[in-house]
Amino acid sequence: MDSMPLKHSSQQWINPPADHRVGVRAIKRRRHLAERGIESLLLLAALVSVFTTIAIVAILVWESILFFRTVPLFDFLTDRQWTPLFDDAHFGIVALLSGTLTTTVVALLVAIPLGTVLAIYLSEFAPFRVRELAKPFLEMLGGIPTIIYGYFALLFVTPLLQRIYPDLPGFNMLSAGLVMGIMIVPYVSSLSEDAMRAVPMNMREASYALGATRLQTALFVVTPAALSGLASSYILGISRAVGETMVVAIAAGMQPSFTFNPLEPAATITAYIVQVALGDLPHGSIGYQTIFAAGLTLLLITLLFNILGHVLRKHFREAY
Amino acid sequence: MTEKLPGTAGDAHLRALRRAIARRKTWDWLFALGGVLALVLALLVFAMLFGQMLKNGLPHLSWDFVSSFPSRRAASAGILSAWVGTSLVMLVTAVVAVPVGVGAGIYLEEYAPKNLLTDIIEINVTNLAGVPSIIYGLLALGLFVYQFGLGQSIAAAGLTLALLILPVVIVATREAIRTIPQNIREGAYACGATKWQMVSQHIIPYSLPGIMTGVIIGLARAIGETAPIITIGALTFIAFLPPSPLGNPEHLISFEWLAAPFTVMPIQMFNWISRPEEAFQANAAAAGLVLVVMTLSMNAVAIGIRYHFRKRIKW
Amino acid sequence: MSTISTLPPKPPTQLKAQVNALNFYYGDFQALKNIDFPVEKNQVTALIGPSGCGKSTFLRCFNRMHDLYPNMRYEGEILLYPDAINIVDRHVDPIEVRMRISMVFQKPNPFPKSIYENVAYGLRVRGERLRKVIDEKVEDALRAAALWDEVKDRLHDLAFNLSGGQQQRLCIARALATSPEILLFDEPTSALDPIATAKIEELVNELKEKVTILIVTHNMQQAARVSAYTAFMYIGELIEFDDTRKIFTNPSSKLTEEYITGRFG
Repeated sequence: MDSMPLKHSSQQWINPPADHRVGVRAIKRRRHLAERGIESLLLLAALVSVFTTIAIVAILVWESILFFRTVPLFDFLTDRQWTPLFDDAHFGIVALLSGTLTTTVVALLVAIPLGTVLAIYLSEFAPFRVRELAKPFLEMLGGIPTIIYGYFALLFVTPLLQRIYPDLPGFNMLSAGLVMGIMIVPYVSSLSEDAMRAVPMNMREASYALGATRLQTALFVVTPAALSGLASSYILGISRAVGETMVVAIAAGMQPSFTFNPLEPAATITAYIVQVALGDLPHGSIGYQTIFAAGLTLLLITLLFNILGHVLRKHFREAY
Repeated sequence: MTEKLPGTAGDAHLRALRRAIARRKTWDWLFALGGVLALVLALLVFAMLFGQMLKNGLPHLSWDFVSSFPSRRAASAGILSAWVGTSLVMLVTAVVAVPVGVGAGIYLEEYAPKNLLTDIIEINVTNLAGVPSIIYGLLALGLFVYQFGLGQSIAAAGLTLALLILPVVIVATREAIRTIPQNIREGAYACGATKWQMVSQHIIPYSLPGIMTGVIIGLARAIGETAPIITIGALTFIAFLPPSPLGNPEHLISFEWLAAPFTVMPIQMFNWISRPEEAFQANAAAAGLVLVVMTLSMNAVAIGIRYHFRKRIKW
Repeated sequence: MSTISTLPPKPPTQLKAQVNALNFYYGDFQALKNIDFPVEKNQVTALIGPSGCGKSTFLRCFNRMHDLYPNMRYEGEILLYPDAINIVDRHVDPIEVRMRISMVFQKPNPFPKSIYENVAYGLRVRGERLRKVIDEKVEDALRAAALWDEVKDRLHDLAFNLSGGQQQRLCIARALATSPEILLFDEPTSALDPIATAKIEELVNELKEKVTILIVTHNMQQAARVSAYTAFMYIGELIEFDDTRKIFTNPSSKLTEEYITGRFG
């Protein structure tokens, strides 16, 4: 039954009618054009991301150039006050960087130990069931909107800390940093765990065969082998903490101040941008330009960490 | 070496060995305990976060809350304009990010030649994924709001969030495509398919679960994004709905809503958090509850799809 | 086949381990079926058989490697002498077993550390801190593994820089450093070239003075060259166990004969 139409079509191929060949050629040409068209469209889609980057850099750099025409770069880097909207305007980015640095350090003090312990536990210790449940749970934790964490920091963690330390102000970098750290834990632990799971099983077998315990195998064999992968997860975690906006804007306050004391309120670079955006600054004013100069600083910092993180990760992948 | 063999050294040696092992196993046990505690801590934080919002927000959550506009009086304020705004912004985001992201992913996996341009695109996508969301806000402020003159509109917000989640969609698409074995492609070509036929009839359908997972996770992230939308200056009091896209007397389908001012869920929540009055913070909790349930259920669906298909398809 | 062995009687030997009615399961699948098997002290015993016959699975029971993976179960006993503990008993600590019985794997698997640190690893795991003791034992182990002369000037180089054969000898040194009672070899030469293989075989021959050796091999000539006793396994069962010469010249089982004459496998 099946051979009937097959025979029929093969006969057609052997003896095609004259106009059939012309038809095939036309179809071929149309097909070719369509294929080329589709490929170009797909390339265009891929280029959108490149245009995005170009646009980000162009806009930040352009507005920053306008900004630096008014404010000398030297003042920007050395002044310790950031009061662009006052009559006595100061433009010292360090007043914002100190806030960013302090909240980031507090966050990392939470995220790195907790994330690493979780990663080692899930990769080397946890029974299969625990891992299967814990991984999606952590993923969900990482998917909660940052504004929710901000709310949690301001209205739950800060009052909690105030019970221990009554003088703590309502806005403070400690609470923001702690919650930001918790927020980054799933990120650090999942990247670290991936790195540890990529260490081949025969390394572990060799260690166990010599009588090592799980902890010894984890600490002396798996962790050193996954070191650059772990480092990359920390660095990408830093980059997230530096760029995080809503938690710090809500819980750490928006008042720029040059301080490294986590018990005080201070604005980060990101919180400052939010603060300006909340007001109604005229397009083209110096106040409007400051947020682009601050944004460019932020972009450069995160770019640095991202590149470092990816170099380390690539280095790690090449090792195995 | 021979005379040191524990077997010949007798029981004393074995006893010492066992003591040493017991000591080391204590450390093992302590570390495992630490791991469990870390996990419990994460659970606890989640429980407290959720509990806090339930406690403050649940009493406030009612049909009136969902169907009312924001108001100067906390008790009668609702999230109608916020969730309508979120839905419309997400519509724009999805309509832009899905075709562009999936297209870019397909291009990079199936079409891209090994050349400098491809390398640039790839590095660029990885780097964009690490750019803080507020930077996208600045991009949108400079480009969409002022250069393109879109103003503080649904279109501007939707485009911004689309660019923001583009790397997520691209990476998910590429990973999904990469799991398809080469012999599927060869099989399609062997039947005389053109490249696009192969891609549209095989690659896209087979990678669909993975792509969908990525799209949903991306949209869940976009729903909760606050910073870029604040940056474009959308924090205003909105007590009206954008013009309806359907049922317009003059045109069947209207796109007026794209240019309309709007508010979204996280912005509304932020608005209420910033108020000093406690009553508004209860509103914030209720809005937060709706937001968390929205994002978590989207994430759960995405994780569900992934687990379901990972189990089903074995290449 | 019915003739009585014409081989001269062996000198009396001591038993290092005795396997009694050992069964092993992966989930519902029974990988080893009712195995009885003696291990003579300071001798080399070879395990041969077609791939998938369970010889590696059997070997890995001796240092409880299976315990690293879920869903497995041992039944029966492997008694380790002189104290006659059953090493596959659930109440016996696998770590204690592995400290007494070490293993060399199919593919050389040095750690991404220096040559020195690789050999010192087992000692450090046991809590040895004295630099002098470690130095001495590392040198002893490297000499015993016939690697000392090749690496003594670059002990702190990364182990990955060694050749495949050297890496495998390093793994042997690593296992020897902690003076195990039994050394398990899981097809130790399958990833090596003939020259490196010959070196390892020579080494195995020397090492039996110090340690009891069990070796899995798919290479029958190797079994004939290095071992005093040979066990032939087939689909999870021990078909025949005897003096190596007897197995290769006059096996009592038809299956064994077919395998060693290359009719299957």
